[in-house]
Amino acid sequence: MAAAAEEALAPAGALGGLVRDFVAGHQDGPAAEVAADVKSGRCTVLQVVEALGSCLENPEPRTRGRGIQLLSQVLLQCHPLLLEKEVVHLTLFYENQLKDHHLVIPSVLQGLRALSMSDVLPPGLAVSVLKAIFQEVHVQVMDGEKDPRNLLVAFRIVYDLISKDYSLGPFVEELFEVTSCYFPVDFTPPPNDPHGIQREDLILSLRAVLASTPRFAEFLLPLLLEKVDSEMLSAKLDSLQTLNACCAVYGQKELKDYLPSLWTSIRREVFQTSSERVEAEGLAALHSLSACLSRSVLEADAEDLLDSFLSSILEDCRHHLCEPDMKLVWPSAKLLQAAAGASARACDRVTSTVIPLLLEQFNRHSQSSQRRTILEMLLGFLKLQQKWGNEDKDEIPLSSFKTPLCSLVSLALADPSTQLQLVGIRALTVLGAQPGLLSTQDLELAIDHLYRLSFLEEESQSCLAAMEASGTLATLYPTVFISHLVPRLAEELHTGDTELASGEGPSYQARRLRCLQALSAVSTHASIVRETLPMLLQYLRHVHRGKNANSNEVIAVCRSLHLVAGQCQQEPESCWYFHQTAVPCLLALAVQASMPDKDLPNPGKLLLEEEVLAAMVSVISTASTHLSPELAAQSVALVVPLFLDGDVSFLSENSFPSKFLPFQNSSSEQKRLVALLMAFVCSLPKNVEIPQLDRLMQELLTLSCHHDRLFSCTAAAKCFAGLLNKHPAGQQLDEFLQKAMEKVETGLSPGPYRSQAFTLLLWVTKALVLRYHPLSSCLTERLMGLLSDAELGPAAADGFSLLMADCPDVLHRAGHAEIRIMFRQRFFTDSVPALVQGFHAAPQNVKPNYLKGLSHVLNSLPKPVLLPELPTLLSLLLEALSCTDSVVQLSTLSCLQPLLLDAPQVMSLHIDTLVTKFLNLSCSPSMAVRIAALQCIHALTRLPTPVLLPYKMQVIRALAKPLDDKKRLVRREAVTARGA
Amino acid sequence: MVGASSGAGLGGLLENANPLIYQRSGERPITAGEEDDQVPDSIDDREIFDLIRSINDPEHPLTLEELNVVEQVRVKVNDKESTVAVEFTPTIPHCSMATLIGLSIKVKLIRSLPERFKMDVHITPGTHASEHAVNKQLADKERVAAALENSHLLEVVNQCLSARS
Repeated sequence: MAAAAEEALAPAGALGGLVRDFVAGHQDGPAAEVAADVKSGRCTVLQVVEALGSCLENPEPRTRGRGIQLLSQVLLQCHPLLLEKEVVHLTLFYENQLKDHHLVIPSVLQGLRALSMSDVLPPGLAVSVLKAIFQEVHVQVMDGEKDPRNLLVAFRIVYDLISKDYSLGPFVEELFEVTSCYFPVDFTPPPNDPHGIQREDLILSLRAVLASTPRFAEFLLPLLLEKVDSEMLSAKLDSLQTLNACCAVYGQKELKDYLPSLWTSIRREVFQTSSERVEAEGLAALHSLSACLSRSVLEADAEDLLDSFLSSILEDCRHHLCEPDMKLVWPSAKLLQAAAGASARACDRVTSTVIPLLLEQFNRHSQSSQRRTILEMLLGFLKLQQKWGNEDKDEIPLSSFKTPLCSLVSLALADPSTQLQLVGIRALTVLGAQPGLLSTQDLELAIDHLYRLSFLEEESQSCLAAMEASGTLATLYPTVFISHLVPRLAEELHTGDTELASGEGPSYQARRLRCLQALSAVSTHASIVRETLPMLLQYLRHVHRGKNANSNEVIAVCRSLHLVAGQCQQEPESCWYFHQTAVPCLLALAVQASMPDKDLPNPGKLLLEEEVLAAMVSVISTASTHLSPELAAQSVALVVPLFLDGDVSFLSENSFPSKFLPFQNSSSEQKRLVALLMAFVCSLPKNVEIPQLDRLMQELLTLSCHHDRLFSCTAAAKCFAGLLNKHPAGQQLDEFLQKAMEKVETGLSPGPYRSQAFTLLLWVTKALVLRYHPLSSCLTERLMGLLSDAELGPAAADGFSLLMADCPDVLHRAGHAEIRIMFRQRFFTDSVPALVQGFHAAPQNVKPNYLKGLSHVLNSLPKPVLLPELPTLLSLLLEALSCTDSVVQLSTLSCLQPLLLDAPQVMSLHIDTLVTKFLNLSCSPSMAVRIAALQCIHALTRLPTPVLLPYKMQVIRALAKPLDDKKRLVRREAVTARGA
Repeated sequence: MVGASSGAGLGGLLENANPLIYQRSGERPITAGEEDDQVPDSIDDREIFDLIRSINDPEHPLTLEELNVVEQVRVKVNDKESTVAVEFTPTIPHCSMATLIGLSIKVKLIRSLPERFKMDVHITPGTHASEHAVNKQLADKERVAAALENSHLLEVVNQCLSARS
């Protein structure tokens, strides 16, 4: 080394001159010369460094910068000549220079670039260079940045740096300082900001940085404390949310010193809250703190911070729970629950102190309202216990408090206050949900209470809650309910009946209805259904034959059966049990009623009333939708022959005086039962094959256009449509359709069956519209043609409502019908142009039919879908305002109202018509129309003021009248409109 | 229910900078009878109270209901005889806004009730220093009409009556 230096002594003098020239001056020429010297071997890089010597340590950053710049330029040209040792030394030197003044940095980076091109750069060193660059340069660049776009990127980079685990070494505080100076973010995007950066974006990305590492804790926590204590709401919120986020990565170590201050601040925010959001965030932060402390692993000799933290919370809150004025009980309870909800350990610690306290308080207060508050708080803690309770413990949680808790709940349930009863019922449900806690005696006592509450005279709220609780508890303890509640309900059903016979009327009937409700509510477990279903069916048999039977009671039984059927659906075994038991029984009863039996007293025919049949339809349908395909096939093989061939062998009571052949020349009573066939076959899953389908379809088609009773025809048409909708595309379907169309066309020609044929057309159209069948547009056209029919026109107009609506009994999703989601929108686009055209072409007397049809279509669609189409319909809508039909008026007004709000310019052109028509309609006989008209008048105020001014006085005067409307809802709209 | 106001950040010029705030009653639930086209609903106390409870206080960002200036028990209406009587209670006995509040209530009722009604708006007895004078002003039809001709005053009243967003 020394020898080399001596050899190069002569050129060193020249080199020194060049270096001085470069560093002092502004010309870059000397750099090239030096580089050429190094390349040609006249001097070495080491000599260049030595020549630079003092100026690299010069106190003036500009001079240092020039020095580095020279060296970097030389390196850029000569890097292939460098030896590995040189590269290592130079790299370390440059890395160090990154900490220098920002004026120097560009040259340093140039040099690092040159070094990175060297082939002999050791790989480990490259990583170290990159780290240094990020640490040093990034921090400096960020300092003082204000543009939100750059900040977003900068925050993202810092976050990546931290999360990818670059060693931050001594720069933690520096990095924290440059980022935390933006906290809390106070940024309002300028109006029309093209970048669309929201305050929330900055808040979240900054929060991600601040909460990314526990190493920021010692700096961040004091800052958060300071900001929570500030006056600014947004600062409070942001700090609490950030604290919450920090708890995900922090441990005991980071939090330890700050816990008392954090608790003080959170407590203050919750106790003296001015904003619900601050309260909620405070509670959330407390929850996270507690969760964080619960998570941390304890060292052997360390203090359990969770324990001491919870102790201080309990210390500060417990006396509020005991204050007689109960002023701060809720905030205290919320704080305790937030802390207790974080872990099983926290929950145990808190509840073991709080529950005895609250039990004592409950007994100390005697007023229902105070007891209710205490029980509600207690309920919160019980629910927490339930959440954590099941974690591997030897002892059943809460068991030590069981006796006082049970007696307290008993007191609440026996209290006359409904509110207290309701909380008591909820508490009972929570206690019951704790496995193994309640004994059979406890449950029997509870059932006594629930039974009594279910039959309370007036209070429907407690009554419903009690029944619901019975249902929930019955799923957990079916045997106790079977032995203790079901027999009493059975008895109740019958005592009521004998009392009724002795003449004590309505209250017993109400009790029996309550009893039916209670029976269905408690049927939530398969084993209970096996007890209650036979009872309900037995009761149905009994009721419809009774002397004083009325259809309401039969319908009530059916409603209970329907509920039970719904509760059985999820469990295949119960589902099959229900189906197998109830369906043959209902069919048998109905068949029996349809027999021409002169001995049967009139009430026997109750089951054939339309309302009763509708109730039975929903039971059978609900009992059939969830059958597995195999079981459904088994059932369908029995039911279809019953209707086609009168095969009654599978019915529970099957000795009838004459044959049951509804599709043949039978009585009209028998034909009505086709509705029940529909309920069954149209509810089956799609892949269930129906025996003798061809024949069945043919019979249905014949019945639909033959019988003079509209009910049976409609039932047949609906059944046909329901099967058609699910039938796979293919030749058979086309045949069915062709036959149906022939039937429709024959029926529609002048004759006695026009309205039946129309009904069939309507249902077939619906079946096809729902599944987007190609023929549907053709059928819709046929239907539209009927709008100008003198006889069927109004019915056709109303038919559009049926096409758009969801049916309760057939062609519905629950019954597995093929329904495309967007069918309404599609129908709208397909049919509206034709309707508009038809309207213009139609003679005056049938125009309202078109308007009404259109109204039904418009009504069925959500307004946002309609809005873009409405302007094209405007002229039609304006004309529709003069229509006398209230359906048309209503739908027109509801279409015009959003238009007034959205397109005031267009609407201004029609102001005269609008004002006159709206004012006329505000005196319509229909309340709904009056309300809609007044809402439109209110919407008129959105039009430009110059347009409105000429009408102002007229409207204000005219609105005096609706102010005195007989209906309050109308008056309310009038007040809003007039006050606007 | 009753808490200290936190909304007193409006500066020190308010007469009563820190009033007690009362809970607002919810929307009136709609009954089946009200939805029945045939049943007439008579104008009752609650309906009148609903008209005036959301009037804004001239100096706080709060409604008259929240300040307990108006209460449903202090509203008396007789639909058959077409009379309405409303008592309002200024938050402090020297409130200089009492006349303006009374005027706002009166205007709201004039605009919202059928013309057949005779309205009487006055201060709850014993709650204001110049109760008598304010009542007299409010009862004087001509003075009310003249006050409403004053465009500045009308603007203030309309501000009180405007719906809160």
